[in-house]
Amino acid sequence: MLWNTLLLALREIRRNVLRSVLTMLGIVIGVAAVIVMVTLGDGATRQVTAQIESLGTNLLMITMGQRMGPGSSSNAPPFTLDDVVAVQREIGAASAVAGSASQIMTAVLGNNNWSTTVTGSDNRFFAVRNWTLDDGRLFTDPELRAGRAVCVIGATVRRELFGYQDPIGQKIRLKQIACEVIGLLASKGQSAMGSDQDDLVVMPLRTFQRRVAGNQDVNLIQLSVRDGDSTEQVKSDIERMMRERRHVHPADQDNFSVRDMKEIATMLTGTTRVLTALLSAVAAVSLLVGGIGIMNIMLVSVTERTREIGIRLAIGALEREVLMQFLVEAVVLSSLGGLLGILLALVASIGLASLLQVPFVLNGPIILIAFLFSAAVGVVFGYFPARRAARLDPIEALRHE
Amino acid sequence: MADAIDDNASPLIELRRVTKVYGRGDAAVHALAGVDLRIEQGEFVAVMGPSGSGKSTAMNILGCLDTPTSGSYRFRGVAVETLGRDQRALLRRRDLGFVFQGFNLLNRTSALENVELPLIYRRTPRAERHALAQRALALVGLNGREGHTPGELSGGQQQRVAIARAIVTDPHLLLADEPTGNLDSVRSHEIMTLLDGLNRDRGITILMVTHEPEMAAYAHRVVHFLDGRVVDENASEHRS
Repeated sequence: MLWNTLLLALREIRRNVLRSVLTMLGIVIGVAAVIVMVTLGDGATRQVTAQIESLGTNLLMITMGQRMGPGSSSNAPPFTLDDVVAVQREIGAASAVAGSASQIMTAVLGNNNWSTTVTGSDNRFFAVRNWTLDDGRLFTDPELRAGRAVCVIGATVRRELFGYQDPIGQKIRLKQIACEVIGLLASKGQSAMGSDQDDLVVMPLRTFQRRVAGNQDVNLIQLSVRDGDSTEQVKSDIERMMRERRHVHPADQDNFSVRDMKEIATMLTGTTRVLTALLSAVAAVSLLVGGIGIMNIMLVSVTERTREIGIRLAIGALEREVLMQFLVEAVVLSSLGGLLGILLALVASIGLASLLQVPFVLNGPIILIAFLFSAAVGVVFGYFPARRAARLDPIEALRHE
Repeated sequence: MADAIDDNASPLIELRRVTKVYGRGDAAVHALAGVDLRIEQGEFVAVMGPSGSGKSTAMNILGCLDTPTSGSYRFRGVAVETLGRDQRALLRRRDLGFVFQGFNLLNRTSALENVELPLIYRRTPRAERHALAQRALALVGLNGREGHTPGELSGGQQQRVAIARAIVTDPHLLLADEPTGNLDSVRSHEIMTLLDGLNRDRGITILMVTHEPEMAAYAHRVVHFLDGRVVDENASEHRS
């Protein structure tokens, strides 16, 4: 019986191809929009996560204050080199600890100017951030100890100042310091936050402190946790130790924060998720509108086929059999719309993903949910017209012209 | 729904003081004002009367499409007035066949599928459904027209399809409402001959509304309606 009802529904839909397609359009667009939004959102999230993971998931950052990112909040004291040494000494699970201080400055070479981030640190900085050299060398111990004016530059700085010239051995001017370029870093490209990671100049920390900042401050401590050690454990160890070292009163909040990359990734992808959810919700509204379209057409169909309904009732169709016939028709209509929507969404997602340079991530559950939702729309909006058909008086219906 | 205790003892149809009132109060219309009628299994009865005489209302009640306002209607001993909408639908499905003046076939649906329709609601298996529908169409003389849609058939042929649809379930009672109303004289007589044959050869009880005495003459008995009452019952001279 259900099979017959299904065949009947398909036949009715085929009889009015144009009308059926137009009716489905709302559902098609709704389903496609929801799936495209979620798929692109997933792609963006995947991309951010992947980029952050490329920094190393075992990377921990100790920053001043409770605020994210560089710079210090008002009353949080900066770190010192002693803190770096203490972390190195007391945290056994840390494979490399790098303290650093940064400032945005203009680098000058001849007529070329380029504003970039200048960081003072040591060779461990390259280790924790997974930097590799393209050319030249890293700092030597005497250079670090003496605070010599040497620097390692990123690919962007090289491009902007040197073009295609060999930068090694040349001197760039940072404020009043003439700094010899000793190394060129391999390019890493854009960061998850959209900034250019290659836009940097690194010099020995001592050089930076003495000749640029004029203090002994360390703004940022980065460390990589040995594989197999729990990042969470190391984090709480550092927190305990730093509270002690910085004399934080037990009742007060930390005046520093320790973050791992997972946390940063979660924070960044959180924004994407909210945006995705919001856009999907808007798209879901069009599913609802599509449902109203189906209800409308089903009501028209019931009126048009009043006589047919009368015949069916007269020869002994039960109320629920007529109800099922129209309900199944509405559900088939909306489900077909759902299927077409899924196809459209796949094509659109693949196209848009490559256009926006976001990886295409097939989200099975959302496709299933969107399909089930489209079928549910058919049930909900098909019920009223179907009930109207089933409740018809056979005598009246047979008289209908 | 109990079957008749004894088919021989109770008539196929028994109406007792059946009334049907539409509307209320002063606007009330007494479509039927107390009708008594008995029809035995195997009869061929014609119902005549001017329009507004209540014959259509009576047919709707007899066809279990409508219920009387008061009085009782026994169909094979079953009190139809006590049945609900779905129970009456089941009764129609099992025991009744309808033929309408306007044929009332499903458009754009083949003759065979039109005839199969009542069997679909009876859950008859597909193969058996095809066979029964083929046989019914053959019986009304439409072999070879199974695939035609109503639009491709003449009026007489359409009415034959309708008759095939009505008898495919082997009903006890065939209700025909002006079955020849839309047909010319030659086709009308063909249809009447067909109905007569069904009544005689297959023992199907036929109740037919008509306003043409010529068609009524095929029946064994003519029931005249006037102002919501049966005014005259007489056995017609059955033409041979």
